[in-house]
Amino acid sequence: MKIGTASVFAGAVMATAAMVAPALAQDTIKVGVLHSLSGTMAISETTLKDVMLMLVEEQNKKGGLLGKKLEAVVVDPASNWPLFAEKARELISQQKVSAVFGCWTSVSRKSVLPVFEELNSLLFYPVQYEGEESSRNVFYTGAAPNQQAIPAVDYLASEEKVVRWVLAGTDYVYPRTTNKILESYLKSKGVKSEDIMINYTPFGHSDWQSIVAEIKKFGSAGKKTAVVSTINGDANVPFYKELGNQGVKATDIPVVAFSVGEEELAGIDTKPLLGHLAAWNYFMSVKTPENDAFIKKWQTFIKNPKRVTNDPMEAHYIGFQMWVQAVQQAGTTDVNAVRQAMYGQKVKNLTGGTSVMGVNHHISKPVLIGEIKADGQFNTVWKTKDPLPGAAWSPYIPESAKLTADWTYPWVCGGCEKPKFN
Amino acid sequence: MLSFLRGIALALMLALGLGAAPAASAQDLAAPLAALVGDDYSAKGEAIEALARMGGPRAAEALKALAEGRLFRRRSDQLVVIAPTSSGGTLTDAATGAAAGSAGDRELEAANLNNRLRRQLAGLIGSLTLTTGTPAERRAAAEALFKQRDPAGLPALTAAIAQEKDAGVRAAMEMARAAIVLSSDAPEAERIAAAATVGARSDREALGLLLSVAGGAPPAVAEAARTSAAAIERHLAMLDYAQNLYYGLSLGAVLLLAAVGLAVTFGVMGVINMAHGEMVMLGAYTTFVVQELCRTSAPALLDYALFIALPAAFLVTAAVGALLERSVIRWLYGRPLETLLATWGLSLVIQQAVRSVFGPTNREVSNPSWMSGAVDFYGLTLTWSRLWIIVFAVLVFVLLLVVLRRTAFGLQMRAVTQNRPMASSMGIRTHRVDMLTFALGSGVAGIAGVALSQIDNVSPNLGQSYIIDSFMVVVFGGVGNLWGTLAGAMTLGIANKLLEPVAGAVLGKIIILVLIILFIQRRPRGLFALRGRAVEA
Repeated sequence: MKIGTASVFAGAVMATAAMVAPALAQDTIKVGVLHSLSGTMAISETTLKDVMLMLVEEQNKKGGLLGKKLEAVVVDPASNWPLFAEKARELISQQKVSAVFGCWTSVSRKSVLPVFEELNSLLFYPVQYEGEESSRNVFYTGAAPNQQAIPAVDYLASEEKVVRWVLAGTDYVYPRTTNKILESYLKSKGVKSEDIMINYTPFGHSDWQSIVAEIKKFGSAGKKTAVVSTINGDANVPFYKELGNQGVKATDIPVVAFSVGEEELAGIDTKPLLGHLAAWNYFMSVKTPENDAFIKKWQTFIKNPKRVTNDPMEAHYIGFQMWVQAVQQAGTTDVNAVRQAMYGQKVKNLTGGTSVMGVNHHISKPVLIGEIKADGQFNTVWKTKDPLPGAAWSPYIPESAKLTADWTYPWVCGGCEKPKFN
Repeated sequence: MLSFLRGIALALMLALGLGAAPAASAQDLAAPLAALVGDDYSAKGEAIEALARMGGPRAAEALKALAEGRLFRRRSDQLVVIAPTSSGGTLTDAATGAAAGSAGDRELEAANLNNRLRRQLAGLIGSLTLTTGTPAERRAAAEALFKQRDPAGLPALTAAIAQEKDAGVRAAMEMARAAIVLSSDAPEAERIAAAATVGARSDREALGLLLSVAGGAPPAVAEAARTSAAAIERHLAMLDYAQNLYYGLSLGAVLLLAAVGLAVTFGVMGVINMAHGEMVMLGAYTTFVVQELCRTSAPALLDYALFIALPAAFLVTAAVGALLERSVIRWLYGRPLETLLATWGLSLVIQQAVRSVFGPTNREVSNPSWMSGAVDFYGLTLTWSRLWIIVFAVLVFVLLLVVLRRTAFGLQMRAVTQNRPMASSMGIRTHRVDMLTFALGSGVAGIAGVALSQIDNVSPNLGQSYIIDSFMVVVFGGVGNLWGTLAGAMTLGIANKLLEPVAGAVLGKIIILVLIILFIQRRPRGLFALRGRAVEA
C-alpha cells in the first residue's frame, strides 16, 4: 500500500513536471477541454475528452497551427455545475487557453456562460440542446430543436400516421423547454390537448413499471400513439428494458429518443428495441468515406476496435475543424478576430454534405432519423436533403418568435427584436 | 393500407398455390430485389408486394430473409445476396439461389426496413402461416390479423377457422374475425354481435378497437361498442389497482434488497456506512465479470451465470467489507461524524477505482431468458425480472433473519452490539465479530447488486442512486430491526407506486419525503422502535 501511494505521488510529480516542461521549452497554442471525467456525467463526457485529445494530436501531426504546436489542457469539473465555472475561469485566466471545448448538460453551460462573457473567451458546445440562447462567446455545434425534435415529430406524423403523443422526459431544463416547443408545435398542427400526455421523471429514474403501463394505457385509445423521449442519460437503460419486458413493440407504439445514441445503447441488449427510433445529426452506421476514416482513426486512437462513435463526437470534430480554419484565416488566436472569421466557415460533415457556421453561432446540420438495429447501431430511415440551419430562438414559443440572433452588424445581439449598435 | 390488402390477398395466393404457380425467373426477380436494398422506402413496399405476387420459392426465401435482416447488397458488385445470419457468412445469390462466396458485414449493405415495412411483412408472413404453421405460429398469425383488422383477410380467416382443430387457436381466430367484422361495413346485427365478442377479450387492445369503432359507426353499433368498452374500462380500473400494488411490491423488494445490508451495518452495528451503495455496485460489477467469463469460456452456462455470480459477489464484497472494517472503520467506532466522512470518502475512492478499471461507460449485463418478458396473470402484466426479484428479496431476508436469530454467530453479533463489555467478558472476540458483521452486511449488499444489475445500469454511479433510499428505509423502519426494514421497504414502495400515477414521479418522490419527515418528527425511532437499555446506551 505504501509503495503504491509513493509511486502514485512520484508519478503525479513527474506528470506535473512533464506538463510544465514543453510549455517552457516552446511556445504552444493551448486548447481547453472542459469535460467531466468523474461523477454522473463521466459516462458521456469522458469520450468527448478523448476525441479532443485525438483531434489535437492529429492537428499536431499535420504541423500544428500557425507554426506552433497545439496543447490540450484537460481539467475535470467532476459533474459539479459550480465547479464548471471555476474550472472555466482557471482555463481562461491562468492557462490562457485560446478556446475551450466542453460542457454536456445545459445546466453546466449556463454555469460557465457568465465566465466566458466576462473574460471574452470562446466555448464550443457539442451537444444537442433546447435552444433559446445565443451568446457571443459560445459556438453551438450540437443541434437546436429545429434540427432534431421538430423533424422527428414530422416524420412520425407523416410516415407512421401518429396522432397521439406522449412527451416523456427527465425533469430539467432541456426536456422541459423542448417539450414546451413540441407541445405548441403539435397544437399548431391541430393535435388536441387530450391527445398529448406529458410526463417527467427524476434524473436516474430506475423504476419505470408504472410509467410504461401508463403509456400502454394512453396508447390503447384506438389512435396511433408514439412516445417522444427526452429522457436523459442512464435512466434510458431501465426504461428500454421495461418497454421490452412489458412487450411494447416499435410496430405498436414507437419511441423516438433525442438523447439515446450509440454510446447509451452499448449498455443494453437491443434485440427487444428493434425499430424504436432516434433523431440525430450523425449516426455511426452512415457509410461515407469521411465517416469510415473517422471511425478508423477513433478506434485506433482509443485502441479498442469495438468503441462506437456518436453525434456529439462529430460535433466536436466539426467545431474543432472550424476553429482551426478560422484561426488560420485570421492568422491569430485573438478571440475577436477568430470570432469574426468563424462566420461562414464550412466543414464537410461526416454523413455527407457541408456544415456552415451561421451568424447566430449555430451550425447547419443534416437531420437523420434512425431505427435501432439488433447490433446497437442505427439504420437511417429518413434524412434531410440539405443541412438545416440551426435556429437559436424557436418560432413556437411566443416570446421567442420575435427575437433574432445575429452577431454581425447592425444586430450584434443574440436575442433582440430590433438592430442595435454595440 | 390498400397496398397491404392486396398484399394479404396475394400472400394467400402464394400460400395456397406455392407449388403450382410458375416460379418467377431470375430476371423478373432482379428489379424488385434491387429495390429492396435501395434507399427509397415506398419503392421497397412496392417491391415486397411484387415479390409476393410473383410467388415461388426464391421470392418467398427473399422475403423471409428480408424480415430476418439477412438480405444484403454486396458492396463490391451490387449483387443482392442472402446470408445465413445478419452478420454475413456464406452467401447465396438471392435471384438464382447460386452460391456467391462469403463476406462479413462491413462488405455488405443490409436491406433495411422501417416499422411500416415490418408491419407489412409481419402481415404477409402471418397470413402464410395462418393454416400451415405450428399452433403457436397460427395463434400469432391470428393475433396479427386482430391488430391489422383487414377485411380482405376475412374469407381466408373464415376458411382457417373451419379447419382449425386447436380450440385455443380457434378462439383467437374467432376473436380476429370479430375484430375485422366490427371494423368493416358488415350488417349492423353482425357488428353488434362482434362488439360483444371483442368485449369478452377485456384487455387494452380490445378497448382501443372498441373506442375507435365507437367514434365513427352507425348509432346502434357505436352504442354496442360503447357498452362493451365501458365494461372493459371497469374491469381495467380494477386491474389497475392490483397492478399498482404489484409495482409497489416490486419496488419495495428492490428497496428491501438495497437496504437489508445496511440494516446490518447501520442498523445493528450503528456504523453510518456511506460506502454501502458501492458494495451494491461492486456486486453488480462482479455479475458483469462472471457473465463475461461465462460468455467467453462457457457459453452454455450463460443463462445460469447469475447463480455463479451470487456466491462470487457475496465473497468479493464481504472481503472488501472486511478490509474496510479492519483498515478504516474499526478506528472510528463511536465517532459517527468521522465515520460518515471516512465512509463517504471511501465510496468516492471505490467509485473512481471502478471507473479506472472498467471505464466510465455502462457495462452490459444481459438478462437470462428466464428473466426476460412478462407473464399475463388474469390480465395483470407481471414481468419476470421483477417477479424473480421479489422472490429473491424474500429469500435473502429470510436467510439473514435465520443467520441473526438461529446461529451462534448471530447470537454473538447481537450480544456485542447490545453490550460490548459484557460480551467481551463472556469470551466473545468482539473485534472479530465486528469485522464479520460488517463483512456480512457488505456481502448482502453485494448479492443485492447481482439482482439490481438485472434492472438497472451497471455503472460506477449505481450505488449512489440507492444510498439515500436505503437510509430512508432503515431509518423509517426503525434502526436495528430487520422486520422494520421489511415493513419500511414495502410501505415506501407501495406508497410510491400508488402516488406515482396520481402525482407524477417527481412530485410523488417529494410527497414521500415530506411524509417521512413528518413521521420521523412524531416517531423518531421509526416504525419498529427498539426498546430497552441498549437503546439508551
